[in-house]
Amino acid sequence: MTQIVIQDTLFLIILVALSVPLGSYIYKVMAGKAVFLSRVIAPIEGGIYKLMSIADEDEMSPKDYIFAVIVFSIFGLILVFGIQMLQFFLPFNPENFHAPSWDLAFNTAASFVSNTNWQAYSGESSLSYFTQAVGLCVQNFLSAATGIAVLFALIRGFVATKKTTIGNFWKDLIRVLLYVLIPLSLVLALLLVSQGVVQTLSPYGEVVSLESGTVQTIPLGPAASQIAIKQLGTNGGGFFGLNSAFPLENPTALTNFLQLLSILLIPAALCVSFGKAVKDSNQGRAIYAVMLILFVAALAAVTINEYYAGPTFQGVMASGSMEGKEIIHGVGTSALWGTATTAASNGSVNAMHDSFTPLSGMVLMFLMQIGEVVFGGVGSGLYGMIAFVILTVFIAGLMVGRTPEYLGKKIEPFDMKMIALIVLVPPVFTLLGTAFAVLMPQASSWLSNSGAHGFSELLYAFTSMGNNNGSAFGGFSANSIFTNMVGGMIMLMVRFVPMIAVILLAGNLSNKKTVAASDGTLSTSDLLFMGLLIAIIVLIGALSFLPALALGPIADFFTTIK
Amino acid sequence: MDNNLNKNIFTDAIKQSFAKLTPRIQVKNPVMLVVYVGAIMTTMLFFLSFAGINDETAGYTLAIALILWFTVLFANFAEAIAEGRGRAQADSLRSARKDVTARKLKSTSNLANFTEVLSNTLKKGDVVYVKSGEQIPMDGDVIDGAASVDESAITGESAPVIRESGGDRSAVTGGTTLLSDWLVIRVTAEAGESFLDKMIAMVEGASRKKTPNEIALQILLVTLTIIFLVVTATLLPFSYFASEQANAGAPISVTNVIALLVCLAPTTIGALLSSIGIAGMSRLNQANVLAMSGRAIEAAGDVDVLLLDKTGTITLGNRQASVFIPLTGVTEKELADAAQLSSLADETAEGRSIVVLAKKRFDIRGRDLTKLDATFVAFTAKTRMSGIDYQGNEIRKGAAEAVKTFVEEKNGDYPEECNQIVKKVAGDGGTPLVVARNNVILGVIYLKDIVKNGVKERFEDLRKMGIKTIMITGDNPMTAAAIAAEAGVDDFLAEATPEAKLKLIRDYQAKGHLVAMTGDGTNDAPALAQADVAVAMNTGTQAAKEAGNMVDLDSSPTKLIDIVRIGKQLLMTRGALTTFSVSNDLAKYFAIIPVLFFGIYPQLAALNIMGLTSATSAILSAIIYNALIIIALIPLALKGVRYHEMAAGKLLKRNMLIYGLGGLMAPFVAIKLIDMLLTASGLV
Repeated sequence: MTQIVIQDTLFLIILVALSVPLGSYIYKVMAGKAVFLSRVIAPIEGGIYKLMSIADEDEMSPKDYIFAVIVFSIFGLILVFGIQMLQFFLPFNPENFHAPSWDLAFNTAASFVSNTNWQAYSGESSLSYFTQAVGLCVQNFLSAATGIAVLFALIRGFVATKKTTIGNFWKDLIRVLLYVLIPLSLVLALLLVSQGVVQTLSPYGEVVSLESGTVQTIPLGPAASQIAIKQLGTNGGGFFGLNSAFPLENPTALTNFLQLLSILLIPAALCVSFGKAVKDSNQGRAIYAVMLILFVAALAAVTINEYYAGPTFQGVMASGSMEGKEIIHGVGTSALWGTATTAASNGSVNAMHDSFTPLSGMVLMFLMQIGEVVFGGVGSGLYGMIAFVILTVFIAGLMVGRTPEYLGKKIEPFDMKMIALIVLVPPVFTLLGTAFAVLMPQASSWLSNSGAHGFSELLYAFTSMGNNNGSAFGGFSANSIFTNMVGGMIMLMVRFVPMIAVILLAGNLSNKKTVAASDGTLSTSDLLFMGLLIAIIVLIGALSFLPALALGPIADFFTTIK
Repeated sequence: MDNNLNKNIFTDAIKQSFAKLTPRIQVKNPVMLVVYVGAIMTTMLFFLSFAGINDETAGYTLAIALILWFTVLFANFAEAIAEGRGRAQADSLRSARKDVTARKLKSTSNLANFTEVLSNTLKKGDVVYVKSGEQIPMDGDVIDGAASVDESAITGESAPVIRESGGDRSAVTGGTTLLSDWLVIRVTAEAGESFLDKMIAMVEGASRKKTPNEIALQILLVTLTIIFLVVTATLLPFSYFASEQANAGAPISVTNVIALLVCLAPTTIGALLSSIGIAGMSRLNQANVLAMSGRAIEAAGDVDVLLLDKTGTITLGNRQASVFIPLTGVTEKELADAAQLSSLADETAEGRSIVVLAKKRFDIRGRDLTKLDATFVAFTAKTRMSGIDYQGNEIRKGAAEAVKTFVEEKNGDYPEECNQIVKKVAGDGGTPLVVARNNVILGVIYLKDIVKNGVKERFEDLRKMGIKTIMITGDNPMTAAAIAAEAGVDDFLAEATPEAKLKLIRDYQAKGHLVAMTGDGTNDAPALAQADVAVAMNTGTQAAKEAGNMVDLDSSPTKLIDIVRIGKQLLMTRGALTTFSVSNDLAKYFAIIPVLFFGIYPQLAALNIMGLTSATSAILSAIIYNALIIIALIPLALKGVRYHEMAAGKLLKRNMLIYGLGGLMAPFVAIKLIDMLLTASGLV
């Protein structure tokens, strides 16, 4: 246990230490300031703008921004869908895979465009290298960049006074890609390759195993490049079906650590960027601290449960609940990974969450159910968190006898409507999705467990899709027309409805005048406020999901308890 | 308010609670609409049980239905009782608004040439003649005459006020009564738009529109309600699936789903939200301030810059003589003697204070002016001096410049020493009055502005809340600075002109502040129109009243501070009850969920930490609590939460402790108690 604590502490220290400089770097990039990479990248950036004929001063109204985001995403959706359906006729298909079913292709396209990366397929047995690299890998970059772009549109809304524009989507997108995602992925991919993660276009290999001369097929492919962005962009879709539990995707302790770090790195750094961009680092720090506190609490709960609450077997060494975990990762890093991947809306796994103890499984579900705001998806996690901050400001602000305001902007009916959409849509779709699923006559045939744990499997699946996480509990057969279609729609709705609301909110905030702060203004960066924010996040999550959780993991816990 | 009136309001509110059950009114409050629909559905389920369709036992469904109906009635009652006080006030105002016969003049010059018309036919611009003992027919401006007017019908203040043509005391209000003399009035409002009409509409709440903040809160409450609607509705399939999986228990009943939904929905705040708004308005009315919109009260809570007139707000209205400062060669007593003589016939407060000081210092008694063969020279704006002529002597006191001219005209000398003293007195915040006998300057009287008791502490409190106070005065900058320092205001505007005031307001607004001010004169109108919260004095001109968004019927300069308090209290009450309402849910979950799924997973009984008797008693206790808490909190909604002037952080901590933590704890205790009572009474 001591070793796990030391390891987790070290992980958090390194995460914080890296996120601070990266945060200021991202802030500078998005503010259009020069950074050390500018000399190399600025000419390329300028060339792209010229090609797209975007002038320096081109800014978008919220409506234009939304239009750009939606058109761009629909284009991505069609592209990924088309590539899958046509993969048999496209190059780089050494295994001669045919097209997947149309509903699966739709689900996969929706999943990658919405930064969910829910996988109802298994990469190595159904998708060609071309589909993976050009369809999915590219979308990993684009969906992540879209999230960050929208976050900065919102930030501009806070900073501006009486303005009708919120920046330019294309510029935001290109800057994030060129200066942040591509360079970071490049570095990470190289590090991964150095540790043995595969990156090749050659066909699957075959080895004759020592035992009885059986021939084993070893799936290969351009994996490292996709794995790098899958972690950095909080996408989480594995190149191989087993995701980061598969040795060729995550071979060593070092790759495990690097991938873990990259899951949280950008979402954490964005808190720092936020503080810098609103010219009040305390605000960024407060949000960062709240995320860290919630994260550490969840991590402690999962680790303790995995370590102590697992089933005990006679004659087996007592090092926690090892079912569904890789020996090389053990209880400690599996718990850390599980917490990180559900806190951030990443969804990659290095252990089977289905095998986690009931209460750990509940914590993982709950991290998603609170709306993916503990770090959350790149960009989307922070804008979701800001929505909760505004909600807290609204209630707390009233109690000090003033019209609530955040960062000098008064919170008025229109803003509350947008906040309502951001906060409301994911839990409503999660619950409705689960409800429709249990009503399906074949529901129990999709599950590998019955009873409370079976319900947990279903709830987890729709929680994962309903919050754009994408991780799988396991034990749930996802590839059915119902789940593909309903799940695909849910993923698109919970991604884009809040996103549109955020952009409209940005426009409305941007148009307001800025109110001066005084002693009568509620502090949004002190301990009291942070405590309240935590309370509101947990309370709203609990109120929304406690009954469902009672029938799932909680009942699971009480029925398996000895 | 007397008991009888209270009783009337009470019985009226009970009647109203039933009248408000019509769907037309219920749809206006989305949160309570859920309870209303729930009540209808459970009632229907009860009747269906006679047809053999049993969702739950008939008795239980009936109990739930009844409690839900009471919840709706309680919410209606809360609103009705809040409206009741306003309605009572409106009734008494209405009695003042009766149609009278007015003498409409053909021309302003001939008072005898009039036609008698009914007051409600008067048009804007008509000129009427009103005599002593008559009621003023309509709002207007006095264009001729002066009279004392009884305005108690509107202000509740029985002392008559003077209304006269010209100046800032020319506005009269329809429905008030002339006590003496006569007035010629030009009508400025027509029937239906008069001040009294507006006032009736406001206190009655007829023209009450939801304010932006109320709408924003409503959105939050609707959001929560939608979430809970989905949470509870999905429990039907979830529990169906779970019971199938577990092969035990049964899906939860529709009755219980409705009960759970009502428990979780923010009904406490939903039921009290409109009463809080109405009560806030009526608290303002009780402070004798009439807001033109609910928005103005909320803006008052946000104000962070107060422009306060020095005179009357910060200092006592009158300056008082505090020191005699003789020039070299003159004794203090000699100066005091001359000053006292010159002031004997001076009826101004300053003059009297000089006589008092002279008596206190040297026991100089009053003297009979006629015996002295003296003639009093009164103060005029032109001479800016007053004094006395007796036995060939001319004693004068007045502003330094004026006295200087006076002695120099008589070839006297205005010594540098006097100049120094005058400057020093002004620098200390005093007003120097120079005294001269013939062509000799005797010395200076130090007139002191007396800062009101307690204002410094008051401003200190305001500062803690982040509210800046700015003193507005016509004094010169030096005097103003000294008084500002003594009173502890944050800033001051000296030699204030209407233009300077307007500019000051605009500057602060440009920096993102919200500014409040009080004004009465016509020249205040532009500044009043610009300020975020503008309180016009009732004694002020029509123009000022129209430019402001509130009217202070008492015309008290300190009212602004009370208005800010009422505004803040209104917002705080909303926040506190919302927090309380939402925090309650946690305990309700703990009460209901374990017992709700008890049949499916008996092991969940471990979560029944409150030890409630059964599923039936737990749910009944929770919704009984839910209904009773509305009634219990009506007084708080009407009175508003306790208000303290302190910094935002402290205020939040305090309210969080009471309403947040209190909201978490209270239902645990209350639900357990109700459960014990139900169990003991054998009802469950």
